[in-house]
Amino acid sequence: MTSAFQPRPEMLRIHDLHAFYGESHILHGIDLQVARGECVTLLGRNGSGRTTTLKSILGLVGRRSGSIMVNGKEVIAEPTHRMAGYGIGYVPEERAIFSTLTAEENLLLPPQVSSGGMSVDEIYAMFPNLLERRNSPGTKLSGGEQQMLAMARVLRTGARLLLLDEITEGLAPVIVKKLGEVITELKSRGFTIVMVEQNFRFAAPLADRHYVLEHGEIIATITADELPARMDWLHQTLGV
Amino acid sequence: MEIFGVPSALLGSQLLVGLINGSFYAVLSLGLAIIFGLLNIINFAHGAQYMMGAFVAWIALTKFGINYWAALLLSPVVIGALGVVLERTMLRRLYKLDHLYGLLLTFGLALIFEGFFRDQYGISGQPYEVPELLQGGVSLGFMFLPIYRGWVVVAALVVCFGTWFMIEKTKLGAYLRAGTENPQIVQALGINVPLLITFTYGYGVALAAFAGVLAAPIYQVNPLMGSNLIIVVFAVVVIGGMGSIMGSILTGLGLGLIEGLTRVFYPEGSAVVVFFIMVIVLLVRPAGLFGRA
Repeated sequence: MTSAFQPRPEMLRIHDLHAFYGESHILHGIDLQVARGECVTLLGRNGSGRTTTLKSILGLVGRRSGSIMVNGKEVIAEPTHRMAGYGIGYVPEERAIFSTLTAEENLLLPPQVSSGGMSVDEIYAMFPNLLERRNSPGTKLSGGEQQMLAMARVLRTGARLLLLDEITEGLAPVIVKKLGEVITELKSRGFTIVMVEQNFRFAAPLADRHYVLEHGEIIATITADELPARMDWLHQTLGV
Repeated sequence: MEIFGVPSALLGSQLLVGLINGSFYAVLSLGLAIIFGLLNIINFAHGAQYMMGAFVAWIALTKFGINYWAALLLSPVVIGALGVVLERTMLRRLYKLDHLYGLLLTFGLALIFEGFFRDQYGISGQPYEVPELLQGGVSLGFMFLPIYRGWVVVAALVVCFGTWFMIEKTKLGAYLRAGTENPQIVQALGINVPLLITFTYGYGVALAAFAGVLAAPIYQVNPLMGSNLIIVVFAVVVIGGMGSIMGSILTGLGLGLIEGLTRVFYPEGSAVVVFFIMVIVLLVRPAGLFGRA
């Protein structure tokens, strides 16, 4: 299935991942692989398990079983706070900008996990708004600025695998366009990206591959090349 | 000299008593506020931990000859370490449950701690002498200021504002504030929240013990000294706003002063004025004066 990607070393491999919230069984054996430098999306209707997949990687769900390998290391037994140390940067759906911290304190909050993260100057060059607003309380920023901040926050740490959950949700088209440029730039810098995205028009030109989820299972993998031929099926499946 | 028909010396001395009580309220409610902020636990053992802080100082002095100044450091370390053990072995199991469970557990612990000290030392109270350096007093013209009492106010203020500075202006404080808002995401960003929680509980408890040592030479060292105080301190926390750092400091000092003034102008009301204010604040601003709804 992924033979075309084999030459590139694997960044993330998930095998038979099950996740539970209390008694509810949410993920029913997810299998996916992401090569270093690749950008993949998780597509699916609401409740199909896309966000839970990202949260499961970080251990933010009740209970998990299966295997999660990051850079060849099994991490499923690791506590959440160690996951950043494996080079994972998480941008949650709710953005989670802290209101009692200024924008800059939000930016500088996560500890650096490896060298090679973007410098604060580079980040401000990429997101000039954040420089202007750096002393404002985090949640006084506009929705778009908060999203930029949530992205910027993980770029500084040296994370190489970005888990982005619905980053375009509720944002104006001009901001969405800017985010597209940012993702393109990050891809060119060699970041590995896993995106949960509702906005298919945003994700399609950026992603190398798409995983389609339904009821907590992956029902299809579509490469960027195959996409035009599968569009009708995809529209039907996603209900868009 | 008289102010509103009250001799200035009387007014001054009652305001001083109020300021001293307020200093204890501030240090204790500050500890409660940071514990509640991060742990979501209403630490009912706070009064007992304050009492144990005083007892550690008294035992250190009478059994081991360790003086006040060393006890001021030793006692918070010992009681803070005990807090760390409690957090790791017991409180940790309750974070996912309703606040009530933490309250019940810490209430039970408070009863056990108090019972133990009552059993060992009785309730008559043990005297603890004012350290030599701080004995005596100075005349301020309008009133007489015992040096030790002035020291208590200064030490409490330094500790309160030092804590405020740590929380508002340092990296550790940023972790703490962020952890109070959304511990899951803070963990996902790579910060060891369980360790932060342990530290916070230990620090909050150490603050209580520090207040206990400060209190030892003023009040007698008594197993019940904490339970008498803690109810008022809870009222202070409610008035200031749960989880607000500056709120608990300012409310603690302010309410101490109001209590002092009430003692001058309407002595019968001094024991209930804090609770009266609490009722009004809860009616008008349920989140507290400095709290966010």
